[in-house]
Amino acid sequence: MPDTLSRERALYLKRRVRSRRAVLAAQILLLVFLFILWELAARCKWIDAFITSSPSRILKTFENLYASGDLFRHLGVSCLETVAGFTLGTLIGTLIAVLLWWFPTLRRILDPYLVVLNSLPKTALGPIFIVWIGAGPGAIIAMTLAISLIVTILEVLHGFCSVDAGKINLMKALGASRRQTLAKLVIPANAATFVNALKVNVGLSWVGVIMGEFLVSRAGLGYLIVYGSQVFKMDLVMATVILLLIAAAGMYQGVLLLEKAIKKHLGVSA
Amino acid sequence: MIVEIDGVRKIYQTPEGEIGALEDITFSIEEGEFISIVGPSGCGKTTLLNIIAGLETPSGGAVRVDGTAIHGPNARIGYMPQKDQLFPWRTIWDNVTLGLEIQGKKDAEHRARVQELLMRYGLRQFAGCVPSQLSGGMRQRCALIRTLATSPRILLLDEPFSALDYQTRLSVAEDIHGIIKKEGKTAVLVTHDIAEAVSMSDRVAVLSARPGRLKRLIDQPEMRGLTPMERRDHPQFQRYFNLLWKEIDRCA
Repeated sequence: MPDTLSRERALYLKRRVRSRRAVLAAQILLLVFLFILWELAARCKWIDAFITSSPSRILKTFENLYASGDLFRHLGVSCLETVAGFTLGTLIGTLIAVLLWWFPTLRRILDPYLVVLNSLPKTALGPIFIVWIGAGPGAIIAMTLAISLIVTILEVLHGFCSVDAGKINLMKALGASRRQTLAKLVIPANAATFVNALKVNVGLSWVGVIMGEFLVSRAGLGYLIVYGSQVFKMDLVMATVILLLIAAAGMYQGVLLLEKAIKKHLGVSA
Repeated sequence: MIVEIDGVRKIYQTPEGEIGALEDITFSIEEGEFISIVGPSGCGKTTLLNIIAGLETPSGGAVRVDGTAIHGPNARIGYMPQKDQLFPWRTIWDNVTLGLEIQGKKDAEHRARVQELLMRYGLRQFAGCVPSQLSGGMRQRCALIRTLATSPRILLLDEPFSALDYQTRLSVAEDIHGIIKKEGKTAVLVTHDIAEAVSMSDRVAVLSARPGRLKRLIDQPEMRGLTPMERRDHPQFQRYFNLLWKEIDRCA
């Protein structure tokens, strides 16, 4: 590598940085513009702020929620349920996938059940969970599991079954047991599958948690939204939706960081 | 004699019917010999190799190594697959010691042996690298060292060069042949490349089209002791090439 960059290279790098900054600036401006427009529309009475709320009223709501300590209580409850949901969903789903990989006959027997369960809209099970488990966090986590479990099983199992047959043959030729093939080949070969499943499950878990909280809870962001709409406090509803947006995006970014760390750990693969 | 292939038959059962893959294959392989199996595509070359490796069971007949029949994979036999099949998440060192790890033989003695193999074949400084950092030829050498690490007496090579470009193929064939001869191993190579068969082996077994029968066993006494490159320059090379070409052509 030469110490000084060629003129062309320097120009290219400068342009690259400039265009990235321009895109970022446009993204931020768009957001600011939308909020200003919303605020302006509310103040000029183009829209009814009682129904649509407005950025200033949302900010005020945040202040009140923060002052009363409700903000972090509700946020914490929902986040906890979500984390529990996608962790359990990914773990249990992977475990069941391992079982089905291990016993191909079991896989063949259960295949139609998985397909049918996968097509069922899982939210329909909500009332059943409430009756069985009781209206509380248990039912909410059961809801997130119902939504994420089958997808996880199918995706991980698909990953397990698409491991290169040549590599499986190599393991066999080296005299590997089924357990060794699983531990040394099938699981490491599917690092990317696990991360993908986790990514999908973060999204699904939020759906399950909000759905569950709509139905049963006394706390959490879903509860705030339902409560707000019932007493017609649209400021509260809008503030909660924005909070939800931030929490979900933050969690997704966390998983992306985890993915990066895993890829780094595994070298260039995954 | 080290390997006896005695009346091996293989019939595949499918819902559509029976497919005869191999029929009454009988020949033996001497200690230290390099034998190639050639034939038209679909003639059961790989099936025969898999049966010797213990990866598939014959429908009839038997394969014996040192007089004992093969049932399932066996530490006396090393198998080198098509493509290198190195695991991308393992370093070269962890790849070449995979077999030892699986067979519970990753002790100091075996580790030292693998170290020596890596050093002898110019891969020592790459032990900590991941496979994607190596060239195709180097990866193929790693695959061979992974096979040699468990100290098998017989090496089975299933078109190990088919994924390489022509240039690399010639030099890797030279490399691998040299290593196998130096280590004094008995080797069985499956290939569809006639020039490769002539240039690498002491004897060539020609199989007929499906179901594969042993058509002819061609001895190449003039070629013994030469490297693949020297063989390609040998006056008899063209004669053996044409002989094989005609045999395979008549099969198809």
